[in-house]
Amino acid sequence: MASLTRRQVLPGFKLSLGFTWTYVGLLILIPLSSLFLKTFSLTWPQFWETVTAPRALAAYRLSFGASLSAALANVVFGLLVAWVLVRYRFPGRSLVESLVDLPFALPTAVAGLTLTTLFSAKGWYGQYLEAWGFKVAYTSVGVAVALTFIGLPFVVRTVQPVLEDIDVDVEEAAATLGATPWQTFARVLFPAIFPALLSGFTLAFARALGEYGSVVFISGNMPLRTEIVPLLIVTKLEQYDYAGATAIAVVMLLASFLLLLVVNLLQRWSHRRLDARPGA
Amino acid sequence: MSIIVEQLTRRFSPGGSPAVSDVSFHAPAGAITSLLGPSGAGKSTLLRLICGLEVPDVGRVLIDGVDCTSLPVQQRNVGVVFQSYALFRHMTVRENIAFGLNVRKLPRAEVEARVDEMLRLVQLEALGERHPGQLSGGQRQRVAFARALAIRPRVLLLDEPFGALDTRVREELREWLHALHTRTGLTTLLVTHDQQEALEISQHVVVMSDGRVAQAGSPEDIYDRPASPFVASFIGGASVLRGHVLEGRASLGSLALSVPAAAREGEAVHAYVRPHDIKLARSGSTEGVTPFTGRVQRFKPVGGFVKVLLRMPSGDEVTVQVPRSEFDALGVGEGDAVRADVLTASVFVGDYAI
Repeated sequence: MASLTRRQVLPGFKLSLGFTWTYVGLLILIPLSSLFLKTFSLTWPQFWETVTAPRALAAYRLSFGASLSAALANVVFGLLVAWVLVRYRFPGRSLVESLVDLPFALPTAVAGLTLTTLFSAKGWYGQYLEAWGFKVAYTSVGVAVALTFIGLPFVVRTVQPVLEDIDVDVEEAAATLGATPWQTFARVLFPAIFPALLSGFTLAFARALGEYGSVVFISGNMPLRTEIVPLLIVTKLEQYDYAGATAIAVVMLLASFLLLLVVNLLQRWSHRRLDARPGA
Repeated sequence: MSIIVEQLTRRFSPGGSPAVSDVSFHAPAGAITSLLGPSGAGKSTLLRLICGLEVPDVGRVLIDGVDCTSLPVQQRNVGVVFQSYALFRHMTVRENIAFGLNVRKLPRAEVEARVDEMLRLVQLEALGERHPGQLSGGQRQRVAFARALAIRPRVLLLDEPFGALDTRVREELREWLHALHTRTGLTTLLVTHDQQEALEISQHVVVMSDGRVAQAGSPEDIYDRPASPFVASFIGGASVLRGHVLEGRASLGSLALSVPAAAREGEAVHAYVRPHDIKLARSGSTEGVTPFTGRVQRFKPVGGFVKVLLRMPSGDEVTVQVPRSEFDALGVGEGDAVRADVLTASVFVGDYAI
């Protein structure tokens, strides 16, 4: 409670706290509670049957599986992009810098259509991939590709400032102490950027779970095979099965919330390890 | 474990002026050698070439008589301390010191014992579990020393190690480094732009300018017998007197000094005079060898000394440092004429150009 009574530089703590609660309440808590209320129109067996239907289970598997692989891919390649942007000066660097943000701005349907065209059997990438026996469009791989596209900026933009903060001196010091480049990365750089990388991963993962627009084009939306959870929900809504749609939404909500909670706890733990500062 | 550098050249851009140009010097075993020079003189680049963070275009680096020019930095076994400390923020003090030992995969017990030994050496026994963020600047720099020394390096390379600290801590750590060196006896190379630091703690000084060695020698040599106008002006805050050769002597206003043998009659000369190499007396007194009269432009007591700015009849301005009691006894004020006896000066042939 000490922080509540301490004099702040900026006035209006109570006002802004009140505003925060109202804002979060109006935008997040109330809509989500109504979601829960709507599911209560189902009986427990009905609810259980809806959320454990084979079609729903397949959709969870695809949504979480593809989102996870997309977020992991972004962790690896996003880190690489951030590294190159921070550590090297090359012609076209500012172009790459602005291209990274494009997935933020582009309407997701445009992204989905573009990717589908590229990866379809006659597309620029697809014709070669299919020659080697890889099918991307209209498969779960396609879903992961779309989600990777969407999630890239999250990892790059969270890791970049942290990398900028690390002096080259630190790497050089590690080298003079006998550390190989790999040891320097694993023992010096990685622990320092881990919390940021985790944030980027979380954001990319959460974004991918909720993504709809770019996926519906490339996935082909075949029930049990390439149908993601958001699409299943929309399908149920179109069939006027509001309670069924909300039931699946609730499962999705709880699962996402749990995941984000775990990641946040992990992050708090790694922050504590990293930022042991006086008075903290 | 001496360090010998032979004809090192390093150019960062093709066609550009080299950061280090044909540098050769010898850092004697067991001594502290300073690389002294203004910023941009190539000192840090030279240090990086020696520890292996840079590769020379031409030349060789020998540590303990062995050519290690093409040896990667990891295998050179040199301890380096950076101005920015370059500590690992996410590690405790102990983990920082243990880093070089852990990457060498030494047994745990040996690592712990060595870390304890290093913590004692830098007098930070109580702070082993702290993170660098919880330490003062001076303490952080001592951790950096401990980390560099823990790997039992063959030589110790220090890049402006006290540059980021305030004056009082700097002076304390200078003493501390001197004591540390006495205990370890490690061949040490110290990069610094602070002449006080270089002259005070090193046995050997290499003065650098524009990527080249301007002069190398003992601190006394450098201070008392500067080999070039650059060294004379860089060290000791000397003032310049201009004149020409007259009857085989350097004639500088009313002052005449001996000149280098190569000087021809009538040639321009200039002399560097250190602030404490001039003795002031009341004008009109006659003892002394080279009387010289100037006018007091300005004076300012600084600690135990008074800094006096004299204007010579020739127009040259000379800074003189006089002990306070002596200045008070002199009893002169601004605008008064005083007699200035030049005790020693370094004379160089040629015109003076800044």
